Amino acid sequence: MNLRNSIDRPTLIASSFIVVILLAGTLYTIVTQGTATFIEPTYLLQQIKIAAFLGIVAAGMMMVILLGHIDLSVPWTIAATAMLATAVGGAWAVPVGLAVGLAVGLANGLGVAFLRVPAMIFTLGVNAVLRGLMVMLTGGFAPQSNATPLMVWLATGHPLGIANSVIVWVLISAALVFMLTRTPLGRYIYATGNREAATYLSGINTRLVLIGGFVICSLSASLSGLLIAGYTSKAFQAMGDAYLLPAIAAVVVGGTNILGGQGRYTGTVVGTILIVLLQSVLSVAQMPEAGRQVIYGLVIIVMLLVYGRSSTLRG
Amino acid sequence: MPTPALRPCSSPDRDAMTDAPAPFLSLAGVSKRYGGVRALANVDFTCRQGSIHAVLGENGAGKSTLIKIIAGVVQPDEGSITLDRRTVAFPTPQAANEAGIVCIFQELSLMPDLSVADNIGITAPPRRFGLIDRRAQRRRAEELLARVGCEDINPLMHVRQLPLSRRQMVEIAKALGRNPKLLILDEATSALTAADVEKVYAILHGLRDAGLSLLYISHRMHEIEALADTASVFRNGQHIDTFAKGARTDEQIVQMMIGREWRNVYPPKPQRSAPPAPALELRDIGWENRLHGVSLSVGKGEIVGLGGLDGQGQRELLLALFGVLRGVSGETTVNGTRRRIGSPAQAKRAAVGMALIPEDRKTEGLMLPMSVRDNISIAALGAMTRGIVVDRAQEVQKIDAIVAKLKIKFGQLTDPVATLSGGNQQKVVIAKWLLTGARIVLLNDPTRGIDVGTKQEIYQLLRDLADAGTAILFYSTDYDELIGCCDRVLILYDGRVVRALEGSDITEANIIASSLNLTLNAADHAASATAR
Amino acid sequence: MNNLRLRLSQNLGLWLGVLLFAILYTLYSTLHPKGWTVDVFVQNSNESFALIMVSMAQTVPVITGGIDLSVGPMMTLVNCLASVLVSGSPGAIVLGIVACLAAGALAGFVNGCIVVFGRIQPIIVTLATGAIYIGLSLFLRPSPGGKVDDNLSWVTTNALAEMDNTYHWFPNGAPAWFSTTIGKLPMPIILIVLIVLLVWLPFRNTVTGRGCYAIGSAEGAAYMSGLQIWRSKLAAYTVGGLFAAFGGLYLALQTGSGNADIPQAGAYTLNSIAAVVVGGTSLFGGTGGAVGSIFGALVLRAISFCFRVFDSNGPLGFLANPLLQPIFEGVILLLAVSLGAARVFRIKNRLTLFS
Repeated sequence: MNLRNSIDRPTLIASSFIVVILLAGTLYTIVTQGTATFIEPTYLLQQIKIAAFLGIVAAGMMMVILLGHIDLSVPWTIAATAMLATAVGGAWAVPVGLAVGLAVGLANGLGVAFLRVPAMIFTLGVNAVLRGLMVMLTGGFAPQSNATPLMVWLATGHPLGIANSVIVWVLISAALVFMLTRTPLGRYIYATGNREAATYLSGINTRLVLIGGFVICSLSASLSGLLIAGYTSKAFQAMGDAYLLPAIAAVVVGGTNILGGQGRYTGTVVGTILIVLLQSVLSVAQMPEAGRQVIYGLVIIVMLLVYGRSSTLRG
Repeated sequence: MPTPALRPCSSPDRDAMTDAPAPFLSLAGVSKRYGGVRALANVDFTCRQGSIHAVLGENGAGKSTLIKIIAGVVQPDEGSITLDRRTVAFPTPQAANEAGIVCIFQELSLMPDLSVADNIGITAPPRRFGLIDRRAQRRRAEELLARVGCEDINPLMHVRQLPLSRRQMVEIAKALGRNPKLLILDEATSALTAADVEKVYAILHGLRDAGLSLLYISHRMHEIEALADTASVFRNGQHIDTFAKGARTDEQIVQMMIGREWRNVYPPKPQRSAPPAPALELRDIGWENRLHGVSLSVGKGEIVGLGGLDGQGQRELLLALFGVLRGVSGETTVNGTRRRIGSPAQAKRAAVGMALIPEDRKTEGLMLPMSVRDNISIAALGAMTRGIVVDRAQEVQKIDAIVAKLKIKFGQLTDPVATLSGGNQQKVVIAKWLLTGARIVLLNDPTRGIDVGTKQEIYQLLRDLADAGTAILFYSTDYDELIGCCDRVLILYDGRVVRALEGSDITEANIIASSLNLTLNAADHAASATAR
Repeated sequence: MNNLRLRLSQNLGLWLGVLLFAILYTLYSTLHPKGWTVDVFVQNSNESFALIMVSMAQTVPVITGGIDLSVGPMMTLVNCLASVLVSGSPGAIVLGIVACLAAGALAGFVNGCIVVFGRIQPIIVTLATGAIYIGLSLFLRPSPGGKVDDNLSWVTTNALAEMDNTYHWFPNGAPAWFSTTIGKLPMPIILIVLIVLLVWLPFRNTVTGRGCYAIGSAEGAAYMSGLQIWRSKLAAYTVGGLFAAFGGLYLALQTGSGNADIPQAGAYTLNSIAAVVVGGTSLFGGTGGAVGSIFGALVLRAISFCFRVFDSNGPLGFLANPLLQPIFEGVILLLAVSLGAARVFRIKNRLTLFS
């Protein structure tokens, strides 16, 4: 495995940008508070712990984006998983939660692969149905039940010195990197995202590949939903809303082509950390929400403009 | 160059023009490279008004690049263009359009979701108060369609609703509507019906007599004979020669085009005493209204050609065999066992062992941004695993072997396949399928847009595969290929096999005659149906 | 006659949307105790206006084969801007309105510039600019509030007759022909018709506007034909911004205030995509139009209207349960967008599925 391939240009640029954010933030805190909060290990560990939730969502989202599609049903996949898992409770909470993800992924995959409805609109519909289902089941209020001890432990326990959520993220990442680089499925995902017709004519069942991608995405969202519910110890209506756009942004800022077929997993990890740090630094710097949104948007555009200059095969 | 052949059919005012033979368009020292591939090398080229100038050359000879430069689609790396005594540069097709240069491209420049009238008036519609005057635009479209003899086309139809041959006529009407001074036709008649071809010839002759300059790109010798008064030959990006019609024999022209002795291009065909055992048998294959009762068989070690005019069902037949089409009727028998093939995945299975080299390698054959390695191994990846992991050692070893066998040239295995030349890209597509160990190979016009050298290698490869027992079904738009490569040639017309040629019967005259279905009548039709 | 059938078949999506709306709205009006009255029309059209505008805004980029995820934020931005500018003297109000519309168009123009000159995919460009526009909205309105001219607010959200009652068009009182006929027309409907006649139809009939369809249908062919691709794309996003501005402005007039409501902006964006599809515009571009999207938006609105009027004791009583409404809305949306899938099962050449 050569290094040049695993760390591409977008990853490098995004990594240097992370350093810039940390330095700028540190400069700010030194001037205003006389501390260097942003380069303290405890702060960084805390950020990575928070980043795990987004990172797991982004990991799944990356598979769908690599296929040239998108999954807008993530917000309510997260919320529905958390709600059902906390409502069921006990030993079945986690399996039920993951079953939600599996079902959503299958539904999305079937709609996109068999009905050929554009993913953007089909997953939007699935999101609306999930929301409707949850309103029906919960009566429109946040459920009263709490996260099970297992969920809390997964999200906040740290028997190995690092938060379990980070370990989960690392395990998922390792599994996806293995899948993308070592197995035929990984190769088929890239191939389908590049040119589905050519992949299909190579005798590959691209429908199954599409369904696989959507299932991975929804399962990741579900897992993240379980962790977030464990972290906040309960489930609530809008808990997934804050993850959709940042997840897409993390994937794209990490260098994955939104049209599919190109992108490295390391980029998504770096993109996730970048987004989380950016949000954190801006909030520590007491930037109002307005400024945060503007900077957030500007960063995405500027990074993509910078990448665009380097890519010859895009478009 | 003064042309004796021009005189007899010239009109008085044209004579005045030829007396002052200042070229209308001239290119001087024009070169163009695409990545590492030299498409045009220091080309000088001129054409006059009141002339139909044929541009001849193999695929990949640089014809397309030449006209793309003239039409402003691509920019030359060096050299200059002079139009009507002025030096010009066309940064966009629009700029060329404004200078009176209009192109009819091989790939249609029609927007399928827009109406015929909208397409014809797309850039300069009649306007009222700055807005498009739909009624005037429709009248204008009707006039132009009438001019090309297509009164039957309703200008309100969406182009999507028209068959390919009609679309090409709309394309011609659209070009005429722009009042061209220089009209470029790039293989513009490939999908036309015989009746439309006559109409188009008459129109083109009329335009020539009106003083237009016409550039006609084709690789069909008989078309050029019927149309052109001057011809230029290109090869490997170089301008070889320009001459008046009748100044060179067909053989000389062909030799100029391919640059070597004609006979040496194709490997010798084997002599057979008995017909080979059939590997693939089709009975009564039908699909929609494009294929009707096609029955044929391909023997082990046999190369069977599919011929005929473009769009007579040849492509559909190959796609039907490969499981791409839905609702195909009839029987497919592979090595004596009846098979239902519902997808390329099923066609690829070891029990069938079929491979398809698709028509458009850029969209159907390759994942262009992916590496050479990924592209070559994609089809055979399932067979190169240990557990669920790709066995990389085995993969590299197999790829190395096939690359050496096909002499594929590239930098590194990890380079994107888009960086390869057309010929090498096509070799990658073939390599992909050879790795699966296919025993039945279907080829859909596999030598389009690749250089002569690679073509020759592909011909040899096909013969080698056949000698090793592979059954090959080979569709080509190039008659010479069919004549040179195939043991048998089946001519399709309107989705039916109308003639089977074998041995010394495979001649250009026979292929053309049966392609146009000249001898076909009801009796023959019945005869060919019962003979099957 | 033949041409009529041709046009009908070419706009099948639009007519399906119209039919669906007619059925749903008839159902609603019949069940509504005050159905088929001016009051109900006015109320319904008020509730639909902003979504209609945002859906029209979405339509234009979609026709070019792109998408605009910033239509909701652009609407929100103009909404907040209007709550600052549209009050005071008549001159100030007119200037404020012009400034609001210009701001929307400018926001769309910026989207277009990044798409065209930055060569970044529209989906990701507008995702990012959407965040920026929301940020700007929050600068203008950190919390809901502001002021919009009351008179203007009143007349634009009522029947046309109120125009006379407020601004005294007729010195001697409204004549009977006015107050009994066109005076009953709800203003939002009149405004929509005016916007279609004065903005959309002219735009559609320019070379640039038609170029949007050409690009969405086949960008390569459009380029080969000598169209100015960049101009059409830029125009598409700019016109989209202008439509979103109409929506934002109206929302300010309707609510009398500005609100940088992020979830609302997101909901409008997502609903606009659904409305565009239900209205017969393909997400792949090249077909459809803003008129279809009006009906697409109306279908979405009519669905939620219907749930208000089901009698809880009647045969459809279970539908009256407000808790069930979101799921029915979701299922209907999903079914509506899956309608196009019928095409998939008619396709005989599977290769055409991938293009």
